[in-house]
Parts: sequence; C-alpha cells; structure tokens
Amino acid sequence: MKIAITSEGNSLDSKMDSRFGRCAYFAIYDTNTKTTDFFENPAKDSPEGAGPKAVEFIASKGVKKVVAGEFGGKAKALLEKLNIEMQQEKDKTISEIIKQL
Amino acid sequence: MTKPMKIAIASGKGGTGKTFISTNLYNLLQKKGLNVALVDCDAEEPNARLFLTEGILKSSREVNQKVPVIDESKCTYCGKCAEYCNYNAIFFLKEPKIVNVLEEICHGCGACSVACSYGAITEKDDLLGHVSNFEFSNKSALIESRTRVGVYSSVNVLKAAIKEASGFDLVLFDAPPGIGCPFIQTVAQADYVVLVTEPTPYGLSDLKQSIETLKGMDKPYGVIVNRAGLGNDVVYDYLKKENIPLLMSIPFDKNIAVSYSKGELLTDQDSKWKEKFSELFNKVKEEYGNSNN
Ligand code: SF4
Ligand code: SF4
Repeated sequence: MKIAITSEGNSLDSKMDSRFGRCAYFAIYDTNTKTTDFFENPAKDSPEGAGPKAVEFIASKGVKKVVAGEFGGKAKALLEKLNIEMQQEKDKTISEIIKQL
Repeated sequence: MTKPMKIAIASGKGGTGKTFISTNLYNLLQKKGLNVALVDCDAEEPNARLFLTEGILKSSREVNQKVPVIDESKCTYCGKCAEYCNYNAIFFLKEPKIVNVLEEICHGCGACSVACSYGAITEKDDLLGHVSNFEFSNKSALIESRTRVGVYSSVNVLKAAIKEASGFDLVLFDAPPGIGCPFIQTVAQADYVVLVTEPTPYGLSDLKQSIETLKGMDKPYGVIVNRAGLGNDVVYDYLKKENIPLLMSIPFDKNIAVSYSKGELLTDQDSKWKEKFSELFNKVKEEYGNSNN
C-alpha cells in the first residue's frame, strides 16, 4: 500500500508539513517495497483549490492513506469519497512517521 | 460635481461602526438633495437597510454565474478540462475515472467548455446572490448586495452592485470587513477611503493592516476615530506620526449606542450631528481634491 506524508523537504530527515494542500513535498512510502519517493506538491502555490488539487495528485499516484497536520474541508470530503484514509500527526520527521506506521 | 466621486467607508475586522458612518452620511446627503447612492458591499451580511428604511424597493435582480455541467456519457476522461481550469475547480482522475466540478470554487470562466472537444460540457446558471435597489424620494438609492448562503466568494455580487451605482453623482461604498478580496475589490473602485477605527491597541493593529493594503493600492485615505475617549492615545499618536488626516472623532456616548441599536439615524435626531457629518463630507471632499491634484 502507498502512504503519502506531507513534508517540508525532500529527505527522510525532513519534518512533516503541517498543511495538507499547500505542503512543500509529498513523501510517498510504499509498504511493499519499503521505499520512499519524494514529489514536489504541484498544488503548493495554488491561490485557490490547493486542497482538491493535492488530493488529485496523491490519488493519481495510487495513495490509499495520507498523513498530515490538518486537512481542509474540501480536501477532507474528497479524500473520504475516494476512500483514502486520513491520519493526523504533529512535529515529527518523515522517518519517525514511517517507523510507526 | 463634474465627475462622479466615489468614497469607500471601511474598517478592518468590522464592528467599529462603519455602517453607522455610512448610513448617517448617506442619510444627510440624500436629504440635502444630492444625487447619491450608498452601495452596501458587505454582501455576506448587508445591514445598511436596517437603518435606511425610508427607501422603496425598486428592483431586485439575480446575479448568476455559469458553471459547467459534465455529461459523463459523452466524456472520454481525457482530462483536458481540468488542465485548462486555472482555479483547480475540476477534480479529475484517470483511474478510477472521476471528473467532478467543484462548484464552490468555480469562477465561471468558461475555459473548460472551450477545452472539451467531445461536447461533454454544457453550462448552467448558478445563483450567487441578489442586488436590490431601494429608491429614496429624490432618486437617491441604497443598493444592496447579498450573497446566497454558502456561496464561496462575494466578489461577483458586490461588483454587480457597484456597477448598478454607476450613474450617480456621488457613490458611497459600505466596504466589506477584513482586508481580503471583497475589501480590495471594493476599495479598488473608490477614489477615497474613509477608515473607521477605535482608539485602542487592537483598533490600531487593525488599522495598520488596512493602511498597508491601501498603500499598496495607492489609494488616498483618512481616518475616523469612533468611541473616542474609550482607549488611549496610540491611534492618535500613530496618525500624527504618519501624517494621516483625522477626519472626525465620535465620542463614546451611551445615547449614540442606544439609538444605533434601535436602528435610528443620529443625523435625523440631532442637528449637532447633522453639522458634524456635513463637516466630515466637506473634509473628505477637500482631502479628495488635494490627493487628485
Ligand atoms: S468554468 Fe472556469 S473555473 Fe469553472 S470549472 Fe470551468 S475552467 Fe474551471
Ligand atoms: S475535456 Fe471533456 S471529455 Fe475530456 S475529461 Fe473533460 S469533460 Fe471529459
């Protein structure tokens, strides 16, 4: 299963980004291969609709679960509709989150 | 007056008495016989009408926007519509096949219908709100913008209301609270901005934010201090230091608050206040003249 984690940078030591729609990067961890890929969030500079755009992006990558600090209303509704699980975390690094998954 | 003059009356977060100022100023000028319109641009919560009850509803019209409707039986899921949308208002996924218009963030620009080469997109009207025109005896008017509950942005409705006021000699805008898009769209149309604030540290920080925004827009402005005597001197010191004109100061007075809460107009009750609002108008005219030289 693929899990997306919002990230401030593009390495495992980076801190998670508290924002969902406008996070800098998405770390996508694959539980089968145990590998993590980093992608720049294409929605991060969107003046509007960043949440839906970010959902679109991670869903197109086949993500089934997403970890972020908080989710906006529109993003939440879409994630629910797509059956993508949401988990809230705070202040951790990407590797810390992966360890506890 | 040669060319129409447009004055916005604004206050940062709201609740500092901008409607008190705008309705009294309008009332006074209207009764003096000026050809004036007050546009209530606070489309999410218009309330000028509560004070200006003498006007008669002349017209009320809908403000609509076109939103796309996607016929999924014709859609090939090519994704072009989502690519063309600058506002992320089309949610598109190839796998599983989803194409979804997010009406709350759609701007009705029509780009997606142009993009679709399969005839899958048609448009429907989406009601954004209403513009109501209340006419007063000398043809002056209160023009009220009111968004439908749940509409994401009030900008289109307040713009329609401002447009409706274009034929008047003098136009007053009761600006929306905050310093976001609705505020900017309103003051962008004004020649002069009157900021209403309270003489407290909180009022000052709010005022500074509004002023920063106005400076960026190169708009001339002046300040009214409401409930003077309540707080301290921070606002006055700031105005002096920055050389910002103090247009009027309204003392904190329980009688004023009570009559306002009853929906009464001070300029109908008290000749002293009539005088004061006249002076305010003259001062604004003067400042406006100076800034336009
Ligand atoms: S009308 Fe414009 S804003 Fe609305 S969905 Fe189509 S492209 Fe996007
Ligand atoms: S452009 Fe037309 S055919 Fe392509 S996904 Fe959009 S609605 Fe469907």
